[in-house]
Amino acid sequence: MTIDYNETVLEIEGLCLSYFIRAGEVPAVVDFDLKLHRGEAVGLVGESGCGKSTVANAIMQYMGNTGAIVKGKVKFMGNDMSEMSGEQIRQIRGKEIAMVYQEPMAALNPSLSIATQMTEVLVFHEGAAIHDAYERSLNMLRDVHIPDPERLMESYPHQISGGQQQRVVIAMALLLNPSLLLLDEPTTALDVTVEAGIVELIAELSSKFGTSLLYISHNLGLMLEVCDRIAVMYSGEVVEEGSVESIFSNPKHPYTHGLFGCIPMLHTDKNAHPLVAIPGQLPLPHERPQGCYFGPRCHSFKGAVCDAEEISMSKIGGEDRNHRVRCPRWEEIKKDDSINRVVAKKPIDTGSTVLEVENMQKYYVMHDNSLGALMTGKRVKYVKANEQINFRAAQGETVAIVGESGCGKSTFAKVLVGLETVTKGEVRLEGVDIGSMPVKSRSPELLSSLQMIFQNPNDTLNPSLSVGMQIGRVIKRFGLESDPAKIKDRVLQLLDSIKMPRDSYFRMPRQLSGGQKQRVGIARAFAGQPKTVIADEPISALDVSVAAAVTEVLMDMQRNYATTLLFISHDLSTVRYLSDRIVVMYLGQIMERGTTSEVFSPPYHPYTEALLSAVPIADLSVEKRRIVLEGTLPSPLDPPRGCPFSTRCFRKVGNICDEELPPVQFAADRHAIACHIPLEELEAVEPVIKLPDRDENVHRDV
Amino acid sequence: MQIPVLVFVLKRIGYMVFTMVAVSLLVFLLLEVNVEGVAVGVLGPYSTEEQRNLWLEANGYFRPAYVRYFEWVSRFFTGDLGHSVRFNVPVADIMWPRLWNTAILGFWAMAIIIPMSLVLGVLAGMKEGSPQDRAVSLLCILTVSVPEFATATFFSAVFVFGLKWLPGISAMTDGFDWVQLILPVAVLVTYDFGYVARMTRASMAEVMTTAYIRTAFLKGLPYRIVISKHALRNALIAPFTVILLQFNWLLNGVIVVEFAFAYKGFGALLLEASLNEDIYLIEACSMVAVFVAVSTQVLADIGYMYLNPRIRFK
Repeated sequence: MTIDYNETVLEIEGLCLSYFIRAGEVPAVVDFDLKLHRGEAVGLVGESGCGKSTVANAIMQYMGNTGAIVKGKVKFMGNDMSEMSGEQIRQIRGKEIAMVYQEPMAALNPSLSIATQMTEVLVFHEGAAIHDAYERSLNMLRDVHIPDPERLMESYPHQISGGQQQRVVIAMALLLNPSLLLLDEPTTALDVTVEAGIVELIAELSSKFGTSLLYISHNLGLMLEVCDRIAVMYSGEVVEEGSVESIFSNPKHPYTHGLFGCIPMLHTDKNAHPLVAIPGQLPLPHERPQGCYFGPRCHSFKGAVCDAEEISMSKIGGEDRNHRVRCPRWEEIKKDDSINRVVAKKPIDTGSTVLEVENMQKYYVMHDNSLGALMTGKRVKYVKANEQINFRAAQGETVAIVGESGCGKSTFAKVLVGLETVTKGEVRLEGVDIGSMPVKSRSPELLSSLQMIFQNPNDTLNPSLSVGMQIGRVIKRFGLESDPAKIKDRVLQLLDSIKMPRDSYFRMPRQLSGGQKQRVGIARAFAGQPKTVIADEPISALDVSVAAAVTEVLMDMQRNYATTLLFISHDLSTVRYLSDRIVVMYLGQIMERGTTSEVFSPPYHPYTEALLSAVPIADLSVEKRRIVLEGTLPSPLDPPRGCPFSTRCFRKVGNICDEELPPVQFAADRHAIACHIPLEELEAVEPVIKLPDRDENVHRDV
Repeated sequence: MQIPVLVFVLKRIGYMVFTMVAVSLLVFLLLEVNVEGVAVGVLGPYSTEEQRNLWLEANGYFRPAYVRYFEWVSRFFTGDLGHSVRFNVPVADIMWPRLWNTAILGFWAMAIIIPMSLVLGVLAGMKEGSPQDRAVSLLCILTVSVPEFATATFFSAVFVFGLKWLPGISAMTDGFDWVQLILPVAVLVTYDFGYVARMTRASMAEVMTTAYIRTAFLKGLPYRIVISKHALRNALIAPFTVILLQFNWLLNGVIVVEFAFAYKGFGALLLEASLNEDIYLIEACSMVAVFVAVSTQVLADIGYMYLNPRIRFK
């Protein structure tokens, strides 16, 4: 099969799409252009609400009851889709244009088997015989590297892992070899190592079949890895587009600059280069300003130029002929204009050890009531959530606990705050063992000295209490103040320090945005002046620029109170940026721990190596070695007998890995690696991430 | 059948037996522990103290309560349900035919309610906010909000006294008669179908907004396939449970309709038994009602398991 790479698959010209709701017309996408050639991968980047998914729906001609194309054309293979009949559109859907979705679990029908859901695509598009369709689906599952596809065909979606579900969705999309594949945040709901596998798979398949890809994501690092060209969207319009190289090396639009300022880069850290959040919020569609939509949030805003009339895209010239930007002042604005205003912050002095965990173990007891278990008498099973956890954290230090879902990070956090008690071992806070002390028997002083920030800010604030009440209650309960006037005073000070307006004292949680709620969550945690704060994925539910603002608020609070911060996360680039020490966990056990630079450079534990490789990095100059892990996380009910990582390890040395628990080897004073491979060999491993030399903050072989 | 499914079914049946035992104890405690009340019920309020004591003595009522409970339960199993004071026949002779009559009434009501409400509910839920949805919703709310006695009166006025098409009494004194069944069934259907249809509509509307329905559309499946294969299966899980709950209602909730049309059914019997303190009849009726309630629950659980693979295969 020869593929003509010059053929235009999709062409969108001046697309304007609106939703018509009771309040009137809401323009969701304005003046959108896109041209996609065969075999090309184009990315749409932007934060939630900017209209990325709406574009995908428009291409599919699936806009619900309220959406409609107001202006412009979507042409597929040269044919205007608005002139097609319903039946023609149906023929194109699934056969010519297919889609992969953000939540694979939700995208698959829970009550139909995988076989039914896959074969029907062939049956209804080509009239394939059921037997034939079954064979072809099976082959497709092999193409997406699913082990044991025969068994999987008979499974229901809930019986397989998230990564496998997404592979099924991809296989289903590719069954009829479509010309265009739309990927709407295909890896956002997946773990990093799973994400790496899916990304590789999509690239492999698209080059094999010559499929054009339209990637939709908010993750700039991922875009760099998978796309040829990208378009940055803001508030319904494209503000900048061009080749990946051109955009990453020479971004022109202030919003693009802003996005880069929001993501932690590998060559900086929290003290030298604090993140710069974009001020303000995305305007609501009916409140867009005149002229540049980004104007009110832009540092380089200039009256009469930026807010005068509608701004069109202008070519910037240079190496990439098609690099265009929607900014009247792009020639005057430099990327560093916004970045250079950053003032470096003083590192926090770390003090004596505050938290000490020694041989901590947490098992959950499960009662198995199946007939088999009743007959063999093995009714009690243990979920080994945490095994042999050891580490220390000093005052003012940030310790990150890293690992994929199911590795036991959250169990560990629960034990610390007293929602669970240890099975064995000790957890000492300033010398007092609190591991066996459930939260109910903890004194107010102890409770206030150990606080937590949760992942989902929407669920953790009491919806019927105002912001002021929620924070004030903490101050009162922990006995810091009792006079109502003084309590209010303290709350207002806290609101100042989380950079929220003072009148939000009377606001209810539902009146706040996600980022604001998370700030309130931070204020609530710090209200009792805690010695230690545990932050469980505090920014992973937030948009890029909001996450940057929240991260900085969290860092400032930690600085003010010299608090020990336990930062639980799966995002290694954030972890790299803000933590002093890192603990890498896998299946309830610590694989590696050490200072940030120790963990990020050889000797690595093989799992750390794979994790580092899986992190998308939004930096053209960084070289990365690719390691893709096979297989899935084993069940904590039945972990491998030897090293927990042995089933997926690419450096396995032999049977010893399956049979024996690995010894803990010390590469440096407190840099521990649990692995059978001798340290010298691990030391000789090539670094996963290579940074070019920089003038400032050189961390070679980070 | 796979082993886990068998275990599941056995467990459900186990719970059912447990519930029956608990309820029978309760019924026995309420009605028979106070032996004086039993004697008054059987011999009537004008009997003398001495007569009552003699009767109680003769029928073994001075033995301990647990002995009498076990005797009562074992008699139940042999089919001896006692003697109805009100009708002066064995309870079994009056109760089973009455139950059968209600079953006939309930069967025909359900035979219309189920297809009608499912079809209307699915049609409405398919396109939320469309004219067909609004029409169905309005009809359902109207019919549900009119109580049975009002519908019964209204139907009688129109079809019995106005048009003179149907008989106003469904006593079936001359044997079974189809025509006499029409009005009671019509009233039951009118009252109940709206509720089930609303439930189906809500469930269907929810399913239509899910991501997997979008997937089905974007796979290029024809509309009718998306509805029949992807949506219905999931949308019918919730109404299934609701429909099984309607059986309870048909057993005990038909009192109004049976009374209004003088239909000789189970509900009317229960009413009469309670009004006349016919203890053995009350006991038997309660146990039958509980049995129906519990067994429809078991059926609902088992059916739910079959409809929802997330429960079937863990």
